[in-house]
Amino acid sequence: MAVPPEGISRANLAPLRLHVPEPKFRPGDAVDFAGVEVPPAGAQRRPDTAAPADSFHELAYTLVRVLDDEGRAVGPWDPRLSPDALRRMLRHMVLLRAFDERMFRAQRQGKTSFYMKALGEEAVAVAAAHALDYEDMCFPSYRQQGLLIARDWPLVDMMNQIYSNSADRLGGKQLPIMYSAKEAGFFSISGNLTTQYPQAVGWAMASAAKGDTRIAAVWCGEGSTAEGDFHSACTFAAVYRAPVVMNVVNNQWAISSFSGFAGAEATTFAARAIGYGIAGLRVDGNDALAVYAATQWAAERARTNQGATLIEHFTYRTEGHSTSDDPTQYRSAGEPTAWPLGDPIRRLKDHLIALGEWDEERHVTQDREVAEEVRAAQKAAEANGILGHGLHQPLDSLFDGVFEEMPWHLREQRQQMLDEEEASGRPWARK
Amino acid sequence: MNMIQAINSAMDVVMARDPDVVVMGEDVGYFGGVFRATAGLQKKYGKTRVFDTPITECGIIGVAVGMGAYGLRPVPEIQFADYIYPALDQLVSEAARLRYRSAGEFTAPITVRSPFGGGIFGGQTHSQSPEGIFTHVSGIKTVIPATPYDAKGLLIAAIEDNDPVLFFEPKRIYNGPFNGHWDRPAENWSKHPGGEVPTGYYRIPLGKAATVRAGEAVTILCYGTMVHVCAAVVAEMGVDAEILDLRTLIPLDIEAIEASVKKTGRCMIVHEATRTGGFGAELSALVQERCFYHLEAPIARVTGFDTPYPHSLEWAYFPGPVRIGQALKTLLKDA
Ligand SMILES: Cc1ncc(C[n+]2csc(CCOP(=O)(O)OP(=O)(O)O)c2C)c(N)n1
Repeated sequence: MAVPPEGISRANLAPLRLHVPEPKFRPGDAVDFAGVEVPPAGAQRRPDTAAPADSFHELAYTLVRVLDDEGRAVGPWDPRLSPDALRRMLRHMVLLRAFDERMFRAQRQGKTSFYMKALGEEAVAVAAAHALDYEDMCFPSYRQQGLLIARDWPLVDMMNQIYSNSADRLGGKQLPIMYSAKEAGFFSISGNLTTQYPQAVGWAMASAAKGDTRIAAVWCGEGSTAEGDFHSACTFAAVYRAPVVMNVVNNQWAISSFSGFAGAEATTFAARAIGYGIAGLRVDGNDALAVYAATQWAAERARTNQGATLIEHFTYRTEGHSTSDDPTQYRSAGEPTAWPLGDPIRRLKDHLIALGEWDEERHVTQDREVAEEVRAAQKAAEANGILGHGLHQPLDSLFDGVFEEMPWHLREQRQQMLDEEEASGRPWARK
Repeated sequence: MNMIQAINSAMDVVMARDPDVVVMGEDVGYFGGVFRATAGLQKKYGKTRVFDTPITECGIIGVAVGMGAYGLRPVPEIQFADYIYPALDQLVSEAARLRYRSAGEFTAPITVRSPFGGGIFGGQTHSQSPEGIFTHVSGIKTVIPATPYDAKGLLIAAIEDNDPVLFFEPKRIYNGPFNGHWDRPAENWSKHPGGEVPTGYYRIPLGKAATVRAGEAVTILCYGTMVHVCAAVVAEMGVDAEILDLRTLIPLDIEAIEASVKKTGRCMIVHEATRTGGFGAELSALVQERCFYHLEAPIARVTGFDTPYPHSLEWAYFPGPVRIGQALKTLLKDA
């Protein structure tokens, strides 16, 4: 038996304490975001895309911003987009918001089981999609429906999936919003957080190994950066200099847990990159031009074999986590309006107006057009059925797609199910 | 009480008695959990005993093992059982073996709570029943309650148990028993005897099945939501079945199973999880090994199909009254 060394007494030591993070505001609290550091737009340097990752660490701790308070685009990150390009981006963001609004309501009307909005974060996915090549593969999380919208993917197709109806290309097999659209460079979404992170890196490694020119991009929330998959992905991305753009959408909340529970009290999410030796950028996620510029920069790095970039998009989730969530239970009602980075749509719109390339009237007209487009799409999708109104998929399709070829046990089970259906006299019997 | 309140009450009661019990998991603190199972606990017991965690299931379980090794009794929550897989290594290779490999120097007295099962239109990532994966692993106990009363008594016993316990909560019956008829009005626990839950301390020992209904014609082995679906089918068909609610899969009440099957001569096994390699296969093997000469018909297995849980066709997947009824008819045809 070992004897502890003498001379050290713990009797006079102060007791240890466990630190448990706590957000600044809770329901009922007045909100003051003065503590959120918002550096002036245009003040952040833009390194050459070939610069070594360890030469611009400070960019992981600041916010890359382009749009200033007057709606001007300033500084070295200004991507100098044409007015047409800016208008297209604006329209996609407006369309995304209208789509979300309509589908959220559809869920409330019992037409589907579930929905998730991206309100307040529209710039993150839309601007990134504009900066990437259509051929690049996106590995989204569940809040990047803006990628599909920005790639002009048919709204009806998205809605069919949300309704699990007869035209749902996923055959009613997936939870609403868990799209898959290979043709649009949109990887199948998993409900399990961050599983797409190493997959994106693997896709990018494959592209590099094959001498392809396509790159991968991937998204997760700040809360999800705690998952082990995120860290495995960073390691692989660094080791193999994978041509991948890794996006962390820091919208401050992961369901009821504020970003502190993912480590935000200690450092930034962009700074995760530094430990792995990959490039890290922290951008104003409500500034569509900053998101565009950062994505474009990271894509160029990836395409020129400089490796991966981790981009933290600093933004705010304006509404609940999903239709199953009530944010008034855990955060101050004042937060969304007090958020210091403003509304991404308003900021891009102000910019276009400041350029003399847009006006309030055209904006109102566009809102109306977009609302009509969404309404028409909804009508077309509902003609294919909504969830809960009977059986839209052939019953035996339940067994399709488990394997390429159906083994005996699934064939037996399928027969069993069809016999059950015969015996049941169920109201939604197979048509 | 409904089952969520009963589970909340169980944690409340043990936390009040034992300062070493800590509750942790995604969203469990201030908010009280996405299903509200931990509501009010942080306010009552403070942030160092009830706290939110980073979203990393392997971290949650690994940290719980470490806390358990220190001497605490962590009760980690995995928000949905579908998300337990990232924690698989910590559960399977670490928690389950700590006592064995350290000759008892270290143990992992943790109770992992997790809502499981389908029937809520949760799609493939909010509906699974992974119990069979864990019953295959030596060193972990698996508990599945079917009523609020049992949920509370079993959870208290699980938390006080010195081994790692998985406590799977059938979320379809959080608010009321479910008869399998998804198109009929939902019931709540207020009219069910299992909904009568004392506010104080009581335990239901792990490893003891409950006889839901005594009978002579056939033994039905089931657990969780399926207990209620089976009871409804038996009542509708007017069959004299004996229904055993297993309550804990590991350790299993083999005496109760053996006695019942020897009495009735017939056995049906019902679970919602996929069929192949499921816990039903183990039950079937046990019954065959121990009751073969008493069996008057082949053992019947009624389960979910060997596919992922489909969103829009979930009621075709779910082992409902028709599937169970058909199997019962076949099983009783020469009776
Ligand atoms: C592996 C896994 N664990 C837990 C969950 C449950 N869950 C779904 S979303 C979510 C919060 C994610 O927050 P964040 O990553 O910040 O993304 P946000 O929703 O804010 O966009 C949690 C805990 C899950 N889907 N997958």
